[in-house]
Amino acid sequence: MIDVKLVQNWLGTAALCAIAMAWVTPAWAQDTVKLPCLCELSGSGAVSGTNYHDGAHLAVDEINAAGGILGKKIEMVDYDTATDPQTSRALTQKAIDAGAYAIIGTVYSGSTIVNMLVAKQAGVPQFTGAEAPVITERGNPYIFRTSSSAAKGLPGLTAYFQDTLKVKKVAVAWVNSEFGKGGRDAFLSEMRKAGITVAADVPSEQGQVDFAADIARIKRANVDAAFVYVNEEESARFLKEARKQGLTIPLVGEVTLTGQKVIELAGEAANGAIAHVGLTSEAPVLAIQGFAEKFRKRYNRETDHNGIKGYIAVYAVKYTTELVGKLDRQALTDKLHGLTLDVAKYPHMLLTTSWDDKGDISRESFMTQVKDGKQVVIGTVPAN
Amino acid sequence: MSEFVQVLLSGLSTGSIYALAAIGFTLLWQAAQTVNFAQGEFVVLPGFAVLVGLKWFGLPLWASLLFGLVLAVLVLGFLFKRVVVDPMLPNVGLPLIIATMALSSFLKEAMKLSYGAEAQPFPDLFPQTTLDVAGAVISVQDMMNLAISVTIVILLTLFLNRTRTGRCMQATAQNPAVAQILGVDTQRMVLYAFLINAALAALASFLISPVFLAKFSNGEQLGLIAFIAAIIGGFNQIRGAIAGGLLLGVLDNMTATYVTAQYRAAVPLVLLIAIIMWRPYGLFGTSEGRQV
Repeated sequence: MIDVKLVQNWLGTAALCAIAMAWVTPAWAQDTVKLPCLCELSGSGAVSGTNYHDGAHLAVDEINAAGGILGKKIEMVDYDTATDPQTSRALTQKAIDAGAYAIIGTVYSGSTIVNMLVAKQAGVPQFTGAEAPVITERGNPYIFRTSSSAAKGLPGLTAYFQDTLKVKKVAVAWVNSEFGKGGRDAFLSEMRKAGITVAADVPSEQGQVDFAADIARIKRANVDAAFVYVNEEESARFLKEARKQGLTIPLVGEVTLTGQKVIELAGEAANGAIAHVGLTSEAPVLAIQGFAEKFRKRYNRETDHNGIKGYIAVYAVKYTTELVGKLDRQALTDKLHGLTLDVAKYPHMLLTTSWDDKGDISRESFMTQVKDGKQVVIGTVPAN
Repeated sequence: MSEFVQVLLSGLSTGSIYALAAIGFTLLWQAAQTVNFAQGEFVVLPGFAVLVGLKWFGLPLWASLLFGLVLAVLVLGFLFKRVVVDPMLPNVGLPLIIATMALSSFLKEAMKLSYGAEAQPFPDLFPQTTLDVAGAVISVQDMMNLAISVTIVILLTLFLNRTRTGRCMQATAQNPAVAQILGVDTQRMVLYAFLINAALAALASFLISPVFLAKFSNGEQLGLIAFIAAIIGGFNQIRGAIAGGLLLGVLDNMTATYVTAQYRAAVPLVLLIAIIMWRPYGLFGTSEGRQV
């Protein structure tokens, strides 16, 4: 005899399972490709995160207008981390629960180091704008950079200190975060190799507003040049204080120091600042200038390197997925390792870009200087 | 030696701006027996008002500064008293303190929503040049900030001690009931304290924004430092707030330059603990009576 109650229980359980399965249906089986934008839209990283976000959304709209990825439209939901690592970790989980195919962001190294573990556990590829060397040194196969790490970028800068500026003694001013510590450690190592003495080691806090003492310490060290490795807003405050105190030595940075936002905030104090940048809207590359024009038209302001990073992150997902031929997170991850996207064939990458087995990026980069309130490219550094 | 002078002056310049904000804590403590935890945001908001004048209304800088000052006095002085403080006056103490905390969050989010989360450039008020004084490179901006802050403090002290209105304000602060019996319009005197606080906050904002930039979250740090300065100096004495502000500005710069940059943020708190243990009422504070 059939136990009706038992059958009802089984049917009920089966129905619940079916509902649960439908709820957790993977991204690639959905009608849209979910690319959550996990960015610093507020807090001290708002400048970087907002540009990354805006660049990514520009790419999404272009791709959707052209038919999407493998015929499916991209759905980009924004998650504001408020530049808080723990918030970013919680939001990463939320984005994954919502069916993320890949994650676009975060930009700050301190957040990325925390939230990338969640993405790794879930097997979701993540495209970060962060530059701390440690991010790709932790054996996480799902993390991919959209810009060079400090460790990759600094060798190009060392040559500038050694051959162009011919310095014997330098100071390093760095922000006490994963980003800053990574850059500072890489810089010290490069200077040691080049035989240049680091006479002043000046840390500052993230979001610091008063740089009077930092500049005083650099002046006291009597150095030939200073390497400045802090975030955008702090870069602007640093440059303003340097001008206020009459510091006249060359101030050289990696990526941020000559950024558009820094120039806007620091005004005339930014003139003369020098930086090695992986990406710049002022690069003598038609594709990059075209992107900068599109960005300007849409947002009514200039982009910085983070805008370009966000843009190419989304296009990297599109091109690589189309190479794979299916929406499969693991296949996307595997394909990206060792992949080179040639700009001749994949024009929206803006520059020919390669990823190694750790997720580090390699491509041509630029030396820039601020002249008359504008970032000017003063040299090109080949891909390493 | 020249470097020491430079660091000292730079610290005094920043410290004098902290002092302006710290005086606000003292004034409102005297007037309403409350700690205004929105004081940091009070120092940030007028800077944004200036930017609104410059960019939205196309006003020249001097007119934008005036616009910012008037708006600050109206909103952070008059409206703050009428809308937030007056309805809660029967419940002075914790409810009012919590109300100022809520106001702090509201102002911060309002600035973020209306002007964005990114820092905004603020025009320089003084030439970005330096003077060579006996080998020390002195920033003109630092000198001007210090000179203006000191002038404001002297004028305020003269107003409170040498004018009839100032003395009435002091009487109201010391004993409102007796002051009222003697014919002082105590409500008006309390309102003056709020208006002066708003004006001081606006002036501090104009001096600090060219260096710190205009950002919605700057008030967190400014408010905390001004609060600590007021406690260190003595919460019920204006001269205490001035001393506390200057002390913190100089100590912060000296510590970061000559001792350690890593622990500079801890210095004000360590100093606070040390002074509270040594003199619970602050350097210039008193345990009885109140004075403005």
